[in-house]
Amino acid sequence: MSFSWAKTYEPKRPFMRWLDERLPLPRLIYGAIGGGYPVPRNLNYLWNFGVLAGIFLMIQIVTGIVLAMWYFSSVDGAFNSVEHIMRDVNAGWLLRYAHMNGASFFFIVTYIHIFRGLYYGSYQAPRELVWMLGLVIYLLMMATAFMGYVLPWGQMSYWGAQVITGFFSAFPIVGEPIRVWLLGGYTPDQAALTRFFSLHYLLPFVIAAVVILHIWALHIPGSGNPTGVDVKDEKDTLPFHPFYTAKDGWFAAGFLALFAAVTYFAPNMLGHPDNYIPANPLATPAHIVPEWYFLPFYAILKAFTVDFILPAKLWGVVAMFASILLLFFLPWLDKSPVRSGSYRPLFKRFFWLLVVDVLVLGWAGGATATPQVVAISQLATAYYFAHFLIILPLISKFERPLKLPDSISSSVLHGEAQESAPAGAKRRGGTTATAAAE
Amino acid sequence: MVRIIGFLVGLGFIGVLLISLFINLGDYFSNPPEATAEEEYYHHGVKPLHLASDGPLGHFDRQQLQRGFQVYKEVCAACHGLNLVAFRNLADLGYSEAEVKAIADQWQIEVPSINPDTGEAATRKATPADRFPNPYPNEIAARAANSNALPPDLSLIAKARGGGAAYTYSLLTGYERQPAELLRKFPAAKTPANLHYNPYFANLNIAMPPPLVSDGQVTYADGTRATVDQMAKDVSAFLLWAAEPTLERRHAAGLAVVIFLLIATVLGYFAYRNIWAEAKRSVRVTGALDPENQAKSRSAKRKSGIDG
Repeated sequence: MSFSWAKTYEPKRPFMRWLDERLPLPRLIYGAIGGGYPVPRNLNYLWNFGVLAGIFLMIQIVTGIVLAMWYFSSVDGAFNSVEHIMRDVNAGWLLRYAHMNGASFFFIVTYIHIFRGLYYGSYQAPRELVWMLGLVIYLLMMATAFMGYVLPWGQMSYWGAQVITGFFSAFPIVGEPIRVWLLGGYTPDQAALTRFFSLHYLLPFVIAAVVILHIWALHIPGSGNPTGVDVKDEKDTLPFHPFYTAKDGWFAAGFLALFAAVTYFAPNMLGHPDNYIPANPLATPAHIVPEWYFLPFYAILKAFTVDFILPAKLWGVVAMFASILLLFFLPWLDKSPVRSGSYRPLFKRFFWLLVVDVLVLGWAGGATATPQVVAISQLATAYYFAHFLIILPLISKFERPLKLPDSISSSVLHGEAQESAPAGAKRRGGTTATAAAE
Repeated sequence: MVRIIGFLVGLGFIGVLLISLFINLGDYFSNPPEATAEEEYYHHGVKPLHLASDGPLGHFDRQQLQRGFQVYKEVCAACHGLNLVAFRNLADLGYSEAEVKAIADQWQIEVPSINPDTGEAATRKATPADRFPNPYPNEIAARAANSNALPPDLSLIAKARGGGAAYTYSLLTGYERQPAELLRKFPAAKTPANLHYNPYFANLNIAMPPPLVSDGQVTYADGTRATVDQMAKDVSAFLLWAAEPTLERRHAAGLAVVIFLLIATVLGYFAYRNIWAEAKRSVRVTGALDPENQAKSRSAKRKSGIDG
């Protein structure tokens, strides 16, 4: 593991010693999420969302496995089997609502986790692979969530599947055959439903495997921290257990209370009423929208309205894929010497602009496509691409970051020798606070 | 290299978006979209409806559910099915086993079955184990009887429409004469024959004739005065139960789970403070932008006379 002062596992009980000599599983866990993993001592609460994402993955897998025991993946039986779960299976309503809202909360937590990474430069060297594996997880989550939403075979399930698989037909020549091959037919039907169910069951386990790689890659350099300064010595870190297990523990309980409140008291708040209407291939809903977590991408898709060299639909689909794929290049687009947005005055402003921009895209994706809404989504989409592909590289070239603290411990240890030297309180080119205090 | 390619790709997307934007705005100003009757007269909101089951601790009002069931049975059931609900579920409304049996036995539509002697298609009386039989044998029959409109099944209607129970209530009490002003502005939007003007319905004209027309249309077993408003409220409450029969169990379990988790949160928080107390008061985080750090640097500057 990363730091020389990381404690090594010493089995205390005879059985654990016996086990450790034959299969060092306790040693692995101790080093990964136990006392053997030193973590910067200054993490703030935004660092709790990675663990929360893991918790929601587990909630989804457990509730999903039980739901699959009752669900029929047949176009005639799927809708009614879900209603059977809701009405007649013991606590079926709980499993189904927890799974449904669990997906939304998994995305809420993941989005906070991603934006935390964007703000604190978690994608920068040496954590590029951690970031990229995270994006792979995100893509797998999107595929899994999309296929899961098809399974109840309601109106939005059916028409969502129709629209999303329709993306492929935007590509000339090969597009339509690929779409038919993916669906196993010309429209979503039995073949599509069965394979979506099969893949929806498979992908979470693939996600779990990539999560292990994500954590493995993270543990080589160790966790980042809000100052973005590298860990220098033992004073900068605390062992994961008990310090961060305690911090994650209470925060997770509080966040789960929020999750429970939504699941038990407003379970359909984040869903769409049309999905309580059985799928009907002959009746198109007035307003087809994906689940809320896809709305920003849906807005990007719909922002391209003009056939300019390529057909508008193809532009939309390419831009939508590009909007996620460009994140893979982020470590090379933003070459700032400073990681943390807290010490990057210019970057910070554009970061918050990006947050607002993505929220606007989400709103525009869900709104009826009037000319005004389309114009707003066009501007917001333009900013999205400008932010990552133009503004960020330029900022990292021209920005003058604030002075960084000398070390993590000096940034947080008030009350000792550093009392009068609050970290990084230096204004650009100005007098340091230390000097001022002296 | 990555940055140069990225820059060009970015410029490409932005260029196409700006072209789209100009053409879009050009179209919008050169021929602005015309107002439609739906846009101006459709009621996006619903009428306020307060039910005993509202809120995180709500319970069904069983008297009201029984009244609502009576409205369903005597009015709605003529055209609308309830095929996800079984007669046995009526026990939830407070009916006794014998009453449920009697309701099933006397239900106006019989359940499709097979003649045990000849094997031919037949019908038989419903039992508590049966789900409510559909009023029409199939969609074609339903459309034929309703000037080509299909009366939707009502099992999930309270969850399948934005606004839920308040939507059904608004729709049932929302019928009105088409406003003269609307006809003046949009002569083409005149409600066609066989349809009925209702501003709570998305395209303003609904095929369903006003189902609740006069006070006393249903004679309530519990003696409540059956005004149109009362009947609409009661049947909306009943349909909410039909869509979400586990609501009470959900609320009760939710209360217990949330309280449990809040206690766990508080205990966990104190455990966390206790564990971190050893790690000194160094827990306050994050450098330059920590409000505490900023305050310190401001006061230090003030003391030494530097303008912050």
